[in-house]
Amino acid sequence: MAELERHDVDVLIIGAGGSGLRAAIEASATGARTAVVCKSLLGKAHTVMAEGGVAAALGNVWSEDNWKVHFRDTMRGGKLLNNWRMAQLHAQEAPDRVLELEEWGALFDRTPDGLILQRDFGGHRYARLAHVGDRTGLELLRTVQQRSVSLGVEVFMECKIVRLLHGPSGEVNGAVGLWRESGRFVVFSAKAVVLASGGVGKTWKFTSNSWESTGDGHALALWAGADLIDMEFVQFHPTGMVWPPSARGILVTEGVRGDGGVLRNSEGRRFMFDYIPDFYAKETADSEAEADQWYENKRDFRRPPELLPRDEVARSINSEVKAGRGSPHGGVFLDIASRRSAEDIKRRLPSMYHQFKELADVDITAEPMEVGPTCHYIMGGVRVDGDTAASTVAGLYACGEVAGGMHGANRLGGNSLSDLLVFGRRAGRYAAEHALGITGATVVDEAQVDAVCNEALGYFDGSGENPYAVHQDLQETMQALVGIIRTESELVEAKERLGDFSERAGTVSVEGHRQFNPGWHLALDLQSMLAVANCTTRSAIERKESRGGHTRDDYRESDPDHFGKINMVSRLRDGVVEVSESPLPTMPAELQALFEEGH
Amino acid sequence: MASTTEQAASTTRPAAPSSTARRAVTLRLWRGDADGGRFVDYEVPALEGEVVLDVVHRIQATSAPDLAVRWNCKAGKCGSCSAEINGKPRLMCMTRMSTLPQDEPITVSPMRTFPVIRDLVTDVSYNFTVAAAIPAFSPGPREADGTYRMAQVDVDRSQEFRKCIECFLCQNVCHVIRDHEDNKAHYAGPRFLIRLAELEMHPLDNLDRRRYISEQMGVGLCNITKCCTEVCPEGIHITDNGIIPLKERVVDARYDPVAWLGRKLLGRKAPQSAAEVAAVAPLWRNGAAKHGSAASKDA
Repeated sequence: MAELERHDVDVLIIGAGGSGLRAAIEASATGARTAVVCKSLLGKAHTVMAEGGVAAALGNVWSEDNWKVHFRDTMRGGKLLNNWRMAQLHAQEAPDRVLELEEWGALFDRTPDGLILQRDFGGHRYARLAHVGDRTGLELLRTVQQRSVSLGVEVFMECKIVRLLHGPSGEVNGAVGLWRESGRFVVFSAKAVVLASGGVGKTWKFTSNSWESTGDGHALALWAGADLIDMEFVQFHPTGMVWPPSARGILVTEGVRGDGGVLRNSEGRRFMFDYIPDFYAKETADSEAEADQWYENKRDFRRPPELLPRDEVARSINSEVKAGRGSPHGGVFLDIASRRSAEDIKRRLPSMYHQFKELADVDITAEPMEVGPTCHYIMGGVRVDGDTAASTVAGLYACGEVAGGMHGANRLGGNSLSDLLVFGRRAGRYAAEHALGITGATVVDEAQVDAVCNEALGYFDGSGENPYAVHQDLQETMQALVGIIRTESELVEAKERLGDFSERAGTVSVEGHRQFNPGWHLALDLQSMLAVANCTTRSAIERKESRGGHTRDDYRESDPDHFGKINMVSRLRDGVVEVSESPLPTMPAELQALFEEGH
Repeated sequence: MASTTEQAASTTRPAAPSSTARRAVTLRLWRGDADGGRFVDYEVPALEGEVVLDVVHRIQATSAPDLAVRWNCKAGKCGSCSAEINGKPRLMCMTRMSTLPQDEPITVSPMRTFPVIRDLVTDVSYNFTVAAAIPAFSPGPREADGTYRMAQVDVDRSQEFRKCIECFLCQNVCHVIRDHEDNKAHYAGPRFLIRLAELEMHPLDNLDRRRYISEQMGVGLCNITKCCTEVCPEGIHITDNGIIPLKERVVDARYDPVAWLGRKLLGRKAPQSAAEVAAVAPLWRNGAAKHGSAASKDA
């Protein structure tokens, strides 16, 4: 296929959300020829959906805060399964990354002293989230977008990467993409590739994620021979909209609870007091009176249980609804109207006010919201080196949601935006360093290119089902059998059904022609989602305990002696996903000591 | 080509609770490409609480799998699903079906100011070309403690402009380019005029872009009809808070005798020339705009 469009770069970055653009800024600053590829237009990435803030121990509101406290909170939120080195670097570097955004034009909300204001969020000991009302993700993305544009970073928009290419020793050396607009292929040769492709939420039925979140980067890494870890850990955000049906799953920021909102059941009870786990009992208020004083006085009072980590809150809501104490549309009530003035709510949560008003006819300054869990984030992802973001395959790097390890079994709110910045920068830097160390031209294997193009075009000859129908069934299956609460028999059933799905997804029929054809794009995305579904289901079967974003009805306790010490690794061997155990990296004594001081 | 209600209903997306009302609606969608097209009627069920984008998705999933439409967040935060609904420029994800007339077809057509690629998808690369010609943010030094200090009251105005989700609906309704294609070569449009206003009003920014805004970004072409403000889904006061103050500042830069005297007496820097400021812009407008898909596809 000599007539294909071709581009040769040093560093190819897949994804133009916060992590991809932060990587691009860093890589291009080293002098490496850098290109970014994204499935949507520039500036539309899922990062814009992040609402509450970016976690960084700036100490602007509570001077007691520092990286050690942030590190400890992150590890405890992750049920100690995090890659300790990533959690350490993240906590240490996040403040500099946030300040750097200001240097590029970001405008965070201010303290009375003119510093960056910080807000409370679940699992964070101090008010730590730098924010702009409830549209922090937009601010972050716009800032790195404008910075990238000002540096002249080349962006290939509305282009989907179908497969990575590899050289003779298995190293990644390029990729085949597809222009969505024209339906034509494009070949990139690259000395290093950074995956910054985000999440997988579209594999589930109720999700806060956009159409782009189909696990492309997870799948590309798997197909390229890289290890994925922790794929069983999927975060169901406790508060998504539940009504109207068309809005189901849309995110309701944790900032509502951070700013004083509380959860109530149909009896009006603040039920989170009934679900405080021993692991967090020492730091959680056990009465409403104490909880309500904490917002103003964190020294003498303990935090409200509504601000437990997300996995705890999501499970509790699930239990309340199951027990018949839910709201009319199958959620629970999130009430800020009775707790804060209308003026405060509109100022601090403007887009929540707008979203409920427009989509649900609910005035959140006057009545409670109905909320329930929604698939939001995957903690698992590409296994990377904590310092360099390098995957287990030469030339391949990963950062942001597609990378695994940073958040362990459960991510704290606000730690994603900081993760994007800290590891986006690191991935960009080390990918560029790797690329600049390679001399000579990059030569891609034309046989691989041909095979990828032929396979992608094969869908036009398919005689099977409509890809939308297969996608819908896959989502129903994952929601029903690999959701918040899991059990062996259902997981095994899911695993069997996934075999059928491979068959069905492989033979879908695509109508129309190659130009901007969403049905064809979905057929390709389905392959990514199936790869993710397989890894998650297989890992979930093997982890016979409950921890963070993986709750087993048949193994309700955490198992610190075995499963607390291992990561589940997914890799492809002879076309089949294999899952195996791998020991967790050991934390050095000085960091270990931070957990013994206690609170 | 129009599907029947029965066909559509058999494979709709997730079943709604039984309490949810369902009714048949007709969506009249523009289908075609750069060479032309036509409106096609689709009769489909709509459920209680749905927005136009939900119904467009149902048509895509059941009777027109190759229907081209851009969307991402489905929550009014990304600005991808802009279209003209019954002739009004709006986000499809934030337009509830219940707010539209019930008994007649609802037309959905692509934004008119931009060339059609396919169906509801338009070529918005003009916007990315302008974005690349904006002289970058240029801050002064940090405080001694490594921070920047700004009062909330001083960042409020620029924060208002930074709410922009880049849906380009304001660009779409702006008469300067909607009715005069040739103006695109020397006019930034409302979205980028408020971006420039944001930079001009940013407490940390040190670059004087006023002449550039006047000479290269065409702020004078705006005749303040406020159509942009009317369609902004974020409620940004584009004209009153952004463009009008920008016009005033630009005038000051040229003719203000007080400012001139001030410069004489205090030795302040004169407004920078358009060419000086353009040097800070990443890509000069007439240069090779390699940024974005439009240019890349030409390769």
